[in-house]
Amino acid sequence: MPKVTYIEYNGTEHVVDVPVGTSVMRGAVDNNIPGIDADCGGECACATCHVYIEPEWFAKTGARSSQEESMLSFAAVTQDNSRLSCQIEMTAELDGLVLRMPEGQH
Amino acid sequence: MNAPVNQDLAQEVAAIPLDKIDVSDPRLYETDTWGPYFARLRREAPVHFCAESYFGPFWSVTKYKDIMQVDVSHQIYSSETSLGGITIRDREEKYQRPSFITMDPPRHDEHRKTVSPIVAPGNLAHLAGTIRERAAKILDELPRGETFDWVDRVSIELTTQMLATLFDFPFADRRKLTYWSDVATVDVNAGTAIDSEEKRDEVLQECLACFTELWNQRVNAEPRNDLLSMLAHGESTRNLTPKEFLGTVILLIVGGNDTTRNSISGGLLALSRNPAEYRKLRDDPARIIPTMVPEIIRYQSPIIHMRRTAIADAELGGQHIRKGDKVIMWYKSGNRDDEAIENPDAFIVDRARPRQHLSFGFGIHRCVGNRLAELQLTIMWEEIMKRFPTIEVVGEPVRLYSNFISGIKHLPVRIPA
Ligand code: HEM
Ligand code: FES
Repeated sequence: MPKVTYIEYNGTEHVVDVPVGTSVMRGAVDNNIPGIDADCGGECACATCHVYIEPEWFAKTGARSSQEESMLSFAAVTQDNSRLSCQIEMTAELDGLVLRMPEGQH
Repeated sequence: MNAPVNQDLAQEVAAIPLDKIDVSDPRLYETDTWGPYFARLRREAPVHFCAESYFGPFWSVTKYKDIMQVDVSHQIYSSETSLGGITIRDREEKYQRPSFITMDPPRHDEHRKTVSPIVAPGNLAHLAGTIRERAAKILDELPRGETFDWVDRVSIELTTQMLATLFDFPFADRRKLTYWSDVATVDVNAGTAIDSEEKRDEVLQECLACFTELWNQRVNAEPRNDLLSMLAHGESTRNLTPKEFLGTVILLIVGGNDTTRNSISGGLLALSRNPAEYRKLRDDPARIIPTMVPEIIRYQSPIIHMRRTAIADAELGGQHIRKGDKVIMWYKSGNRDDEAIENPDAFIVDRARPRQHLSFGFGIHRCVGNRLAELQLTIMWEEIMKRFPTIEVVGEPVRLYSNFISGIKHLPVRIPA
């Protein structure tokens, strides 16, 4: 199964298996990794699953939809490599993905 | 234990012809009898058309997933003031007060971005200290062994102090904020002195005058971290018309006030009616408070509904919505939908996914202040549990006549001596 490394804001790393076809958000929530709230359960409607993708992985995660774009624009502390993790579906190519959590979700 | 199921009421509701059910009647919320009406709609007509009501014809959306669909489809379901805005009541043009909650993109997005930094994580951490100090002082001054009104002494006081802090509003005059907020949302048929839109407007003009003066002071000073200064200096908000400015100020006053106030009152009420849950809290406050706070907000559903107006034809829950139709999302009902939330009528302080509720809305208008509201409730309950193992509710709550704000006007309580 592909692996994802989630790095909390305080630096704590979590390496977990995330099945192909599940979202990167789900991978965090199902493994009780703190730092991703996912209030809307993956509907691209809350922006509380915000993450920063490590630059070398960013292009591989695909393009943001316009809905993701607008939800992200209201999230706090966004950067160029920001994504909503519920909108990234796990694939074999994403094996080894590394991402970081922001200071807070809101 | 939950509110007793009233069999007579359930039978009465079952006997109403489906097309005559009208959940817009504010008395349903004043008397806390809305439950069986929505239960029936969710079961028999989840997207329901009410052809005749005091507020004209409207669609009711009552299930969680359908509400989510409306909330995320802002291209179809508009919030624009000129189409009717976000409340079931239509307002004459001269009484419309546009703000970004009643705008569609792209203007909504520009305005929202100006205001949202005040509640960014860093700023919230900074506010937390002030909130704790003020909460502590309010609680320390409460009487022991005598009955007092929790709403006035705690819920209103704490939220009003917070609001004064956010705006850097003159502290001694802070109850004016409470008054304006109440006036802005009061139902003109509720039996208060505000019995017409005209009277409402008179009072809100005082509010505008006061804030215009403050605005003038801030615009001529260096930018600071309060909401008024941010509005006065923000690129997209500094040229607001007086009407837009008033709309935005009221949005922030109401947004940050009534809703949080009623969650503070509703939380205590829910705990007192569910002793086993209160015990869980007492046994381990540090573990329970983080899940209890969102549960309080779900259970109270401080905003009863939000309205949209269809700007295109659409399918929703098997019904055909036409361009121009008034569509009401009943958050209070969606939060009691057992297909989305397990055992939804129960108040459970340690739910697995307590933030999965509709009280803050979803999509581009999702509440800007949601984490701030949670922060206030969290700190308040932490400080309460340090002081008072129990607070007794000693009488029935008095509820607000409104189909928009789920309000508790008075809640008599006693802290054992
Ligand atoms: C428990 C407390 C609160 C509840 C239940 C609540 C509820 C809501 C809801 C349902 C919406 C969505 C409106 C829509 O979809 O049309 C909203 C929007 C909003 N809320 Fe709150 N709110 C709360 C606290 C606050 C606080 C503390 C603030 C102040 C900072 C605030 C400011 C706003 C603003 C500015 C909007 C408009 C957002 C937009 O249109 O983009 N709210 N709120
Ligand atoms: S979980 Fe809500 S936007 Fe991703």
